[in-house]
Amino acid sequence: MTPLKLYPPKPDKVYFYGTCLIDMFYPEAGLDGIRLLEREGIEVIFPFEQTCCGQPAYTSGYHDEARAVAEAQLALFPEPWPVIVPSGSCGGMMRTHYPQLFAGTERQDRARELAGRVFELTEFLVHVCHVRLADKGEPQRVAMHTSCSARREMGLADTAPALLGQLAQVTLVEQARAAECCGFGGTFAVRHPEVSAAMVEDKSQAIEAAGAEHFVTSDCGCLMNIGGRFEHQNKSLRGEHIASYLWRRTS
Amino acid sequence: MSVETYTPQAFHRQAHDALGNPQIRANFRQAMDGLMGKRRDAFGDWDVETLRELGANIRLRALAKLPDLLEQLEAKCQANGIKVHWAEDGEQACEIIRGLCEARGAKRVIKGKSMVSEEMHLNAHLEAAGIEALESDLGEYLVQLNEQTPSHIIMPAIHLNTDEISDLMHAKTGTERTRDVDYLTAAARQQLRERFMAADVGISGVNFAVAETGTLCLVENEGNGRMTTTVPPVHIAVTGIEKVVEHLRDVAPLYALLTRSATGQHVTTYFNMISGPRKPEEHDGPEEVHLVLVDNGRSAIYQDDELLDTLRCIRCGACMNHCPVYTRVGGHTYGTTYPGPIGSILMPHLQGLEATKDLPSASSLCGACGEVCPVKIPIPDLLVRLRKEAVGEGRGNVAGAGAKRNRSEVLAWKGFQWLATHPGAWRASTGIAGKLRALTPAKLGPWTDYRTAPKPAATSLHALVKRHRRDAKQEGKS
Ligand code: SF4
Repeated sequence: MTPLKLYPPKPDKVYFYGTCLIDMFYPEAGLDGIRLLEREGIEVIFPFEQTCCGQPAYTSGYHDEARAVAEAQLALFPEPWPVIVPSGSCGGMMRTHYPQLFAGTERQDRARELAGRVFELTEFLVHVCHVRLADKGEPQRVAMHTSCSARREMGLADTAPALLGQLAQVTLVEQARAAECCGFGGTFAVRHPEVSAAMVEDKSQAIEAAGAEHFVTSDCGCLMNIGGRFEHQNKSLRGEHIASYLWRRTS
Repeated sequence: MSVETYTPQAFHRQAHDALGNPQIRANFRQAMDGLMGKRRDAFGDWDVETLRELGANIRLRALAKLPDLLEQLEAKCQANGIKVHWAEDGEQACEIIRGLCEARGAKRVIKGKSMVSEEMHLNAHLEAAGIEALESDLGEYLVQLNEQTPSHIIMPAIHLNTDEISDLMHAKTGTERTRDVDYLTAAARQQLRERFMAADVGISGVNFAVAETGTLCLVENEGNGRMTTTVPPVHIAVTGIEKVVEHLRDVAPLYALLTRSATGQHVTTYFNMISGPRKPEEHDGPEEVHLVLVDNGRSAIYQDDELLDTLRCIRCGACMNHCPVYTRVGGHTYGTTYPGPIGSILMPHLQGLEATKDLPSASSLCGACGEVCPVKIPIPDLLVRLRKEAVGEGRGNVAGAGAKRNRSEVLAWKGFQWLATHPGAWRASTGIAGKLRALTPAKLGPWTDYRTAPKPAATSLHALVKRHRRDAKQEGKS
């Protein structure tokens, strides 16, 4: 779906866009993402004025509000360095929907230029940094849930599994219907809670049935959803953002 | 005839009922898993992306020339002896068809599968005029016996399993109760055979109408389409105006995409090309052939450069087969002629956003529909566009625009905008639950019925990064 992307050589500096969910609920995942990049010898700039990419307003149909929020983010990355986003959903918003949102406005070129240098974290680690990971953790059976936006909007079904595949002690288990949505969908979970619940129920069951001891995802929306479901049922299975998992096992 | 009624207005209640019905859940899950697998296998080593690109371009080209192609189609059809009729809406199309039936003194109509005829409630209209309309597609036949509407555009009776079908046929037609699918199919076939012979008029849909040659293409598996269009003395084809394609050569790629996407078939059992009534030297075929071209809201969609993409659809059903929402709630829950993703982007134009306002939001925007759509309709983008129309100020092109707008939600998003454009305030606002609550008042409730709510972190990423930088600096100094 996504057009073929040409990857640049590894840069000296990158911007890091933490995303609002990480900022609010999973800040360690953001910091771990920064650490993974720094370990590759890259200087990581964290624009302090960053807030939210505007996606919740965008997908809810409030495009003027989303545009205003997006415009504030557009101004945060003046240098031509790559922008690394530890989320397929926010990355997809900036890469795909910013150009749509600003089409025909005076910000159009700027949005397009930015979209061209937005990378999802696992994508950047694999295709630009060519990281080599040395696993220091215990053996573990892990299920990977790739978010729909990473998988389909950004075309990144393989990058996170590729990273986990480098961890010698980690066995990646194959869950049924791995490509199916977990039911989060932002405001969808709020507007259609019962349908969303049926979806997360199936997803959590599939992860459990695959024999996973732990699950990993590259999007905090899915993490909140699937992890929250396990917790609600008092299951011991827990999830983690992939940045934290990679950092934890290799540092 | 009383038809079980589902409405788009009752989406939430219908979804609740379907989710709580293990039979419905199992029937759909199993059927959709099967269809997804068949599609995957059917494309095999094919370069699906190139083929989809081709399919999309054919449809885009046809739509770009739509007014001209329709004129050409009319001229060619008429030259072939097919009478062409134009209907602005479903009501008018029903009137035309009723008129044609009455002119022949027809009392019995046999129908091939046609979603447009469902869209305009043709059967009810004909019955009110004392004309019996019998569905001949097996799925449609079962749905009609069960006094229901189709739950899927390709497999109308997909919500029923073999046991339910056996019970239904036993009750309505006196067949044995059995799980022997061959027996049941043969029985239905026999019942329908007799009706074909007795029918005064056959009514079918159209998959592709070729402007260049005035040919009507009909894709089917059961032979009922061929019977419907050849046995009765009159054949009436009814279709939406968007089904036209420019050239005969456009049909092959679209057909290849349609059958693979729909049922995973490389070819269907029947592919009918109808090019006119029986000629004097021919032994069979209808004496009269009519084509009814129905607008019913389509030209309004055509006015909008973005929404126009909706009209590319070739009605393969792949978007519903792959939709995680459709798979769980089934087709009837949508309460519309076309369910699933295509329904959610099409029905708002046919019924207005007032009635259908819950449909565009009934998607997690997972993108599975857009990924499989054989003509590359950007379905998620169109869902977002309709959400925008629904909550906007009502100036959009879509009927019922603004139907979902409410003051408190508008204020909440204004608040979100203010906060997200004032980074200082953003950082200062602690306790994220508080922030979220401001966005969707009292709506965090449903989340916690099924999941534990996430706890706002004690330290934000902004604060962690600050500390991280300080630590790094100190390390640098020491
Ligand atoms: S929208 Fe696309 S996938 Fe859905 S029925 Fe139409 S052609 Fe098929």
